[in-house]
Amino acid sequence: MLSDGCSFIKGVLLGGVFCLVLSFLGNFNFSSESSTEDHHHHHIYAPSKDELKRLSESQVEELKNQVRVYCIIMVQPKTLVYWATVLDTWSKHCDNAVFYTSESSKALEAVDLNEKDDWARLRKALIHAYENAGDLRWFFVAQPTTFAIIENLKHLILAKDPNEPFYLGNAVKSGELEYVEYSSGIVLSYEALKRLMTMFKDEGQCPERTHTLWKMGEDKQLALCLKYAGVFAENGEDRHGKGLFNKQNVVNMIKQSMQDNPSDVVEGCCPDMAVTYGGMSPNQMHVMMFGVYRLRPYGHDFHDWLTFYPPKDSDND
Amino acid sequence: MKTLGPRISFYAGFVVGTFTLYVFLRQLWFEKTLPMHQVTTLARIQDYQQQLEEEKKMWKKEGSALFNLEHPHHIGEDSRMADELYKKVRILCWVMTGPKNLETKTRHVKYTWSRHCNIVVFMSSVDDPDFPTVGLGTKEGRDQLYWKTIRAYHYAYEHYADEADWFLKADDDTYVIVDNLRWILANHTPEEPIYFGRRFKPYTKQGYMSGGAGYVLSREALRRFVEGFKSKQCTHTTSVEDLAMGQCMEKVGVLAGDSRDSFHRETFHPFVLEQHLTAKFPKSFWYWSYCYYPISEGPNCCSDMSVSFHYVDAIGMYLMEYYTYHLRAFGYRHRYQPPTPPGYSINKFESWDAGKKDKKLEQKLVHPDLSRTDKRQNEDPPPVDGKDGPAAAEGK
Repeated sequence: MLSDGCSFIKGVLLGGVFCLVLSFLGNFNFSSESSTEDHHHHHIYAPSKDELKRLSESQVEELKNQVRVYCIIMVQPKTLVYWATVLDTWSKHCDNAVFYTSESSKALEAVDLNEKDDWARLRKALIHAYENAGDLRWFFVAQPTTFAIIENLKHLILAKDPNEPFYLGNAVKSGELEYVEYSSGIVLSYEALKRLMTMFKDEGQCPERTHTLWKMGEDKQLALCLKYAGVFAENGEDRHGKGLFNKQNVVNMIKQSMQDNPSDVVEGCCPDMAVTYGGMSPNQMHVMMFGVYRLRPYGHDFHDWLTFYPPKDSDND
Repeated sequence: MKTLGPRISFYAGFVVGTFTLYVFLRQLWFEKTLPMHQVTTLARIQDYQQQLEEEKKMWKKEGSALFNLEHPHHIGEDSRMADELYKKVRILCWVMTGPKNLETKTRHVKYTWSRHCNIVVFMSSVDDPDFPTVGLGTKEGRDQLYWKTIRAYHYAYEHYADEADWFLKADDDTYVIVDNLRWILANHTPEEPIYFGRRFKPYTKQGYMSGGAGYVLSREALRRFVEGFKSKQCTHTTSVEDLAMGQCMEKVGVLAGDSRDSFHRETFHPFVLEQHLTAKFPKSFWYWSYCYYPISEGPNCCSDMSVSFHYVDAIGMYLMEYYTYHLRAFGYRHRYQPPTPPGYSINKFESWDAGKKDKKLEQKLVHPDLSRTDKRQNEDPPPVDGKDGPAAAEGK
């Protein structure tokens, strides 16, 4: 009986020690994981006014030229109303806005990729854009429910060299993979797209079609291919840490802020220089167009160090 | 049996030990997070106190009126023109509301556009010293609207006639861009007997202003309104508040002003922005026959310098505030350059941003908007100069 008791107590003690060791090991694992997380998570900020002031006039002019954007808008005939709204609103501010469709539509013009598979379609669109870029060095991929303020995008990437690999937007993590979320818009520099073209030839690491039952979203596929090419996702934010690329639409964000920050709804919600809002209805897009490019309070000026002019033949901005 | 006993005991003990310590550790972790839960409720109380503190910075409460102390500014913004207008064109905003709406509607008015008024007074049927609201001694309901208006304007005249130049009436579902209202009013003086709003044409000779879209009386117009009731020229003719107001204004010789911008686009709006921009009102809709000036649908419905929208809900208030005062396109040079009101000049101010700018490109700018080919624009050709003039623009 005594030996049983002793064994029991030994067991209890050893069990306790075992548990402690396990929990410490667990903590240790977490901390090492977080350090690798920080290593990859990059933030992209727009240049400050002071940084811009230091440049010469010709340098500023050069930057403005360099930051011209090729917009890749992925549409489908079933979302015709959204397609028409994007055509009529923000896409007019792209230096070149090209619509890529899954199948042709009699109503609107687009590059017909004749492709039902989402990832294959995105690939084809990116290839077409790369081949037809002309002298444009930045690429912006959007869905028809996304509203983008191209001037704010240009401001964000103004001092970035497109011959460096940039892949940015609303960067999120899924397991080990950090990717740029699709509905809030994807920004690629020329170098990033160039590396992607090379990756596309590698059917092993970056196949055009995956025949698995479980399909990874095309934004994650893109991130994976880019990762193999040494290009990593970065998050576009302002100096207050607010994300400039939003997957939610502005109304939902305000609703959320009314709950979270009832005494400071607008300041606590959305950034002044937002680049994108996802999930926008056509009417919301028309309202945002007016709100961004027309409506303002008299007597408040910003004297930004760069000027962007309204596009020709447009009546709603 | 004898050898099994201690072994089983050992294993049993091991399991018990592991389990006990696991439970113990979890409890410890819980206790660490529990104070955090208490912290969130504490944070809520702190939030509320912070709100009260901020309110004290925003307004000085005098009786039931809120006198603006610090109208909102943005970092990095040049608001000298807006500040100048704030000093010279003083606006008292009174908001028509009721006790049931305070938490659901009026509160959002308070935290958004009313912060841009010089003075704001919330008019209700019941006194509320905390919000604060003025009790006008009426009942609630649509049939009380003109009574409330009469009493509200009398209240404003009796208490604040010398503290403001213009007196705006708005509903608790009207969103007003007060800076743009100042831009319009700066072209007039408070001694003129005039009032502005969204002009409707029926039932009156000179038209009357839509109640929901808000309307603003000059000090002289307000004086004549009050005198009109004293002399019985004006009485409570009907509960249709905006029409009754229009009829009184006509009787006492107050002019119904034209609030459109220099491109003849409307500034006061009886519906929400979304409807004016996108809705196709059927031709049988009353709106078509009521508007004094020709209606434009689509982007020309509304001036860049719009002043008001009606039927704006709580979320809409914050959305309008975001679109007006916060969201913008970097470096964008707007097509419409609103003419500077007489007596105000951008040139007056020294160069706010010393140093070179995008001057070469500014000079290359083609004069905007004279070649606008919008067919929906009304017949009147746009005035020759929608700009201040290049000198003023460069003076920035």
